[in-house]
Order: sequence, then structure tokens, then C-alpha cells
Amino acid sequence: MIKTLNINNTHYEIEVDSLDIPLLWVLRDFVGLMGTKYGCGSALCGACTVHINGHAVRACTTPLSQALNNKITTVEGLSPDNSHPVQRAWLEEDVPQCGFCQSGQIMSAAALLNNNPHPTDDEITAAMSGNLCRCGSYPQIFNAVKRASELINDKP
Amino acid sequence: MKRRTVLKLLALSGGGIAVGIWWQQRTPDVTTFLRNELKRDPGKAPDPELAWIADAWVRLYPDDTTVLQLPSSEMGQGVMTALPMLIVEELDANWARVMVDPAPVHKAYRNPLNNRQSTGGSTSIRGFYLPLRIAGAAIREALIKSAARRWHTDANFLVTENSVITHMKTGQQLRYGELLQDVASVRLNNRPKLKQPAQFRLLTHNTPRLDTAQKINGSAVFGQDVRIPEMRVAVIARCPVFQGSVANFDAHEAMLVPGVENVIQISSGIAVIAKHFWAALQGRNKLLVTWNEGSMATQHDTAILHVMRDSIDTGNIIESSGDVASHLTGSDLLSAEYFTPFLAHACMEPMNCTAWVQADRCDVWAPTQSQGRTHDTAVTITGLDPEQVFVHTTLLGGGFGRRGEQDFVIEAVELAKRIGNPVKVMWTREDDIQHDFYRPATLNRLFARIDANGMPIAWRHRIAGPSILNRLVPMPDLLLRGKDATSTDGALANQYRIPNVELTYAMVHTGIPVGFWRSVGYSQNVFVTECFLDEVARAGNQDPYELRRKLLQDNPRLLRVLEAAARLADWHGDKPEGHFMGIAASAGFGSYVAQVAEVSIQQVNDTRQVKVHSVICAVDCGAVVNPRIVSTQITSGICFGLSAALLGNISIKDGRVQQSNFHDYPCLRMSNMPSVTVHIIDSNEKPGGIGEVGTPAAAPAVANAIFAATDAPVRNLPIVI
Repeated sequence: MIKTLNINNTHYEIEVDSLDIPLLWVLRDFVGLMGTKYGCGSALCGACTVHINGHAVRACTTPLSQALNNKITTVEGLSPDNSHPVQRAWLEEDVPQCGFCQSGQIMSAAALLNNNPHPTDDEITAAMSGNLCRCGSYPQIFNAVKRASELINDKP
Repeated sequence: MKRRTVLKLLALSGGGIAVGIWWQQRTPDVTTFLRNELKRDPGKAPDPELAWIADAWVRLYPDDTTVLQLPSSEMGQGVMTALPMLIVEELDANWARVMVDPAPVHKAYRNPLNNRQSTGGSTSIRGFYLPLRIAGAAIREALIKSAARRWHTDANFLVTENSVITHMKTGQQLRYGELLQDVASVRLNNRPKLKQPAQFRLLTHNTPRLDTAQKINGSAVFGQDVRIPEMRVAVIARCPVFQGSVANFDAHEAMLVPGVENVIQISSGIAVIAKHFWAALQGRNKLLVTWNEGSMATQHDTAILHVMRDSIDTGNIIESSGDVASHLTGSDLLSAEYFTPFLAHACMEPMNCTAWVQADRCDVWAPTQSQGRTHDTAVTITGLDPEQVFVHTTLLGGGFGRRGEQDFVIEAVELAKRIGNPVKVMWTREDDIQHDFYRPATLNRLFARIDANGMPIAWRHRIAGPSILNRLVPMPDLLLRGKDATSTDGALANQYRIPNVELTYAMVHTGIPVGFWRSVGYSQNVFVTECFLDEVARAGNQDPYELRRKLLQDNPRLLRVLEAAARLADWHGDKPEGHFMGIAASAGFGSYVAQVAEVSIQQVNDTRQVKVHSVICAVDCGAVVNPRIVSTQITSGICFGLSAALLGNISIKDGRVQQSNFHDYPCLRMSNMPSVTVHIIDSNEKPGGIGEVGTPAAAPAVANAIFAATDAPVRNLPIVI
């Protein structure tokens, strides 16, 4: 069957055999957007975090059926030129080490700040603790979320 | 530069001979090789045809783009930034126009420290510090010479910055890109003048990483992200029991899954090949496989511990000084038994590899820590000539020692050879946790004699555990005697002043595959020795920090970081109610580390839980390339060590791993990450390693703080209180 998906404000037509296929594999193997990563397949690590209608979801356990007729945003959709405030903050803090988890970290941070532009320290930690980083970049990630909050709220 | 300064620098690099060999290898042959290699990679940007290929490392473009070949694998530790910094500092090229290309497999790219094209043992900076600076400086000299010729002037009047040469008297300027025709005929000087530290613009500064931009917009290509036209995706069913094999299989149901194209047996199991990952995984779920589980099917944690207990007192003497036997008699000895478990690496990116085997060439796209071995593996399996095999190193989503292994490469090349299409072998997280090469479990017996002043005068450490070295190079126990650093590294590395010392190691065969895990032997042995030293301190009624100070009088660099960490932590100062500190030190990989952890014990419902509030770390890694990367890698190593100490355990039942994903093999998250402070000691010593050195002391620093809090020594990992 042929379905249409709205990803990063672009419409993609894809041919699938089932609506049960997780959004992650539609993004990666059908659409070719490889920024969203496979890390666990069970919503345990957060590497596959994307937005559906502005809210963070784990694409590895989100069936395609739940993504249809909704607005999907992947890390590629934040901005290709790293101009989104969260990306700018990530650049300023030079956050990534191996970088594999960072698409997910960035999408979790962007969703948090969409819904709560002034998060407290505890709110940041709570929102970001679903995203594993085996390089232990947590202090840099935390600082970057705080910096992104400033940038969003127009502080230089 | 004066000749003796060059010689001094060569000596400083830890291997004048190695640098000499390296220099010979970067002959014109290498540039020809590289030019041909680049030609075989159509669509390469920027076009290699436009470049001056200066040597094995550098190509310069008319628009001043500088492309560098990266010999090491970028897995988070920052080599994609730190190694280019070494070249670009001396070359004075424009950092904003630097691009990095993974190097092909060639002897020119071997690390002079170990003569291998691989990334491990925290060797990249140690091996390449001087060679890459010399390479950059030689090219800069050649460019200056070319400009001097063009301007008919003395080279001494010319200065360089950001790929521009300026004549100090006339103000004339030439960009490097304008000199490429001229410089091509200049012979590179293999003894160029290097900068003094005061002249550094990049080195010793927090130069921004070159890999950040691509890692925050989804464009970075990890192994998992490789896409080749007509590529298939494979998921493999492997026997859950180690050393087991396929008895028979029925692929009928699997083949009915839409998208599944083929099911074939390879050496590691049954591969389901499909158009995309999800189909391959669904196909594997429908696969009916009967396994020959073999003799390992009865292997169990308790049996492994039993074998360790049986053999621990029969180990070979690895190191011995003084007269341990006569001091360690009687019933009033201090003794303790320590245990460290098997551990998985759990790289964020599960194992994977992509291969394409054609009649006259084989391409392997691999997130590998060992390009050299990957190349050899593909040559062996395909039967092609070495010149027909191309290894393309992708970014690595973590490595930690796991990605030096070849199992995932073997699978991809075997499959690609069979099916003709390019094929990407993908491991699930469950595959990754259950088919790892694990950090060896070890049993340790420690004995000490303490004199009337509370000082240890005799120390014996007995280790029993499986050997990584023996797994890689099987050899009789006798030949291994005293040579298996993978098992004993770290046990006596701190060189405490104890007159009578003995270290023994008993190799145990468990059938569980073991491998290099960030900091290898240090990861267990520093925990064991630093914790037992705290038991010694308590038995001798001494402060753990003050005892270490007394014992480190022969090891000034370790003493210095110990004192720095204690000072920053205000070791003797007042602590918040219920907070306790622990200290631990470790010397290894050419670097010195001390850590102070501050913990409290919290009551959560019916259980007591450890809360690690902070870790303060002082590190002396010799000459620093990029302080920010040093600091983040030390923090990374501490996080890795704490994940293991607080949460990490791989258990074996019926010959199989019981854990499968992050729910039962948990890792530290932001919510339980302590605040980390890293203090870097100013040092002119030769550069030490950094990727692994943060890990060893983290577990014992926390364990010792818990000992201080609870009065009960922590002797088993993961920590349970």
C-alpha cells in the first residue's frame, strides 16, 4: 500500500506492506533520513527520538499507523545549517563526542523547550534522562540545554 | 632548529626509530598510492585531481581547502580534531577550511607506537604527536621556500598564518593555494623546525571539534547509516549458547515475510537477507533453527566462580620483590577476596558492517577500530589481492575496544560474497549485548602485613580469570607466564613503596569470549588494589589519602595528581551531613590520575541506594593537545567506570548471557551522573593517553567513599549495599 507522510514539511510517498512497521525504519530504510538512529529498538535509549506534532516520541516503538496524518520532525528538519537554537547551543558547547546519541538528545531537548521554554535544572534532567549517552557527555548536554533556553528566549 | 633539539624531540616522542621508519614510509610511493586510491572513489569532494598531494597526510587545494587523511578511528575520543590540530598547527593552514578524510589501509598510516593501523590502547596522540607535527612543518617550509623563490627574497622574511604567506618587509602576500604548482617540485625536509609552545595557535587551546557540525544535523555517517545502491540488509540468528552451532533450520515461514529475499547459512549462524531492516528482523523472528548447543550449555556463573576459586592459588608469579612468603604467614594477616563481573561494551551504535564483493574488488564500510585487521579479514575471505580490497572507515558510535574485533566484518564479507549485492549486516541491541567479547570476570585474593606504624610491609595479589591475550593468540599456559598484560595491567601500576610484593595470575578457561574493554586490565585491577589499600589504611589506623602520600614518594607524578585532587576536594575539610569521600589513583597509558568521589547513602523505600554527588579528578597526561577534549574524555571515562561500578553485570546461565538490552544492562543517565571536575596538571612531559585513563579510578573512588560511609568494604562489583 502507498502512504503519504509529512516529514519536515515535505510530503513523502512510501510503499509499505504493513502499518505496524516502526516509524524509525520508515525514516531510515524507506525515506533515507539516516540522522535518526537505532540504538535499542525498545524505547530504552532515546537515540531514535523524533517529534510528532512537536512532542518527543521514540520512533523505534512508534508504529507507522500513529505517524500518518501527523507532522513528523526529525533532526534533519530542525535546520540543515545548524541555525536552530538547540543546534546553535550544541555548537557553542561543542557537545558531541562519538555523536551517535546526539540526534536523539537534540530532539528531546528541542521538544522540552517547545513546551517549556524556561525549564528548571530538575526539569531538564528529568526530560533528558530517557536519552543514554555512553560517552558520558551529560554535563555538556545539560549546559547546552540551558544555553538553548537562553537563545530561545532571545538572550545573547 | 638545532640538531640536538630535534634529537631531543625525537627522544621525547618515545621512539626516534619509529619516527625514522615512519618517515621512510611517507615517500613519493605513498602519494602515488593515495592518488590512485582517491581516483577509485568516484564523486570524491573536493576533487583530488585539483589538489597538490603533499604527502600521506595532506592535500592542498587552490582555494586553500586543506584535506587531511585521518589514520585513527573517530569514536568520540576526538582524534578527528586532535590529530589534524597537530598537522595544522605546524602547517599554519586555515583551521576553518580543514576537511578530514579517513585514511585508506596502508603501512604509512600505521601508528608508530605499535606498527598497526588500529585505534586502541590510548595510543593515537602518543604515537602521532611528533610525526604529524613534523609533517605539517615540512610542508610549511616547502611553501615558504616556494614563495621566497617567487619573490626572490630570503625565506627568513616570510611569516605564515591561516594559509597565507606574508613578506614582513614588503607586505606582499600569497595564499598557499596560489603556490601549488611551485611547491610540487620542492623536496620536503624531514627535519623541519617545529614551533615552540608559546607560538601555538591551536595546540594547548580549546580548539573547536571538527566533527561537531555534522553530528548535530543528522548528516554524520556512522556504520549504521551506510547506503549503497542495490544494498540489502541482513539480520543474523546466532546460537544463544557460546560455541554452539546450527543443527538445522527451516526458512519457509521467514521467506514468506514481505521484503525477505533470501535465507542463508554463514559461519556465525543463519542470515535473513531483506530489502530493509524491519523485514529482515521479522524474517528472523519466523526462522526455525535447531542449535547444537554443545558443551557450553551447562556453563553457569557459579561454575565459573568455582573454577576461579580452584585455580587462584596456583597462578604464575608475574612480579615479585622482597620476601613476601616470610612476611605473609600467621593468622593475623589482613586478607580479602574481591570479584569483578563480566561486562558488555554496549556501544551506543550496535555492531554493523557493510560489504560489497565484486569479481575484481571488495569494499568494506566499517565502523572499525582496526582497519588493518578488517583489510586482512576481507582479503582472506574473498581471496582477492590486497590491492583489490578497500576499507572505508565510517564514524564509530562508540568503540571502547569492541570494534577492534572482526566478527561483524566476517559476517558482512561472507554474505556479500554469497549474494553479489552490497549488504549491510545489522545487529540488534540484543545481539550486541549477548554476543560481545566481554570484559573478563576476575577473582582476586589480597593479603597484607601491616607494621607497628600502620604501614604495609608486604602485599600479595592473586588474580584468577580468563585471558584476552589467550583468546586472541591461544598458547600454552607456560608460554603466557608473566606476559599477559591484558590480565595483570594495573595491579602494581601505582608503584606504591611496599618492600615485599608479589603478583600472581592464574589463567582460567570459561568458554566465555573475552575482549578489550576501555582500560582493559586496569579496569579490574585498579579497583581491587585501590580498595584493598583502603582496607590496609583502616587496619593501620591511617587516613587513606595520607597513607597514599607516604607510599607514593617514588612516583612524583602520581603523588602530584593525588595531592591536587585532595586539595580541590578539600579532603580534610567539613562535609555536608551524611556525605563521605573516597580517593583512588591510577597510572597507566602514559598518564596519571587521581579521583575523589563524594557520596551519600540514601534510603529509597526499603532499599539503601548510593548517590554519587561529585567526582573531582586531577590528571597529568603530559603535553596537552586540546584541554577541552582531555576534560570531556576524562569525564567520559569516569561515567563509563561509574556505569560499570554501580550498574554493570553480565551473568551467565546455561551457557548464555542473561541480559539483553538497557533495561537489564543499565547505564548511567543524566539523572545519576555526578558533577565532574577535571583539573589538568601543567606538564612538559611527553604526551600520555587520554581515552581510557579516566575509567580505572572511578569505581574504587566511589567504593572507598562507601566504605567510609558504611564501614563495610566494597569487594564485589557492581556495588550492592
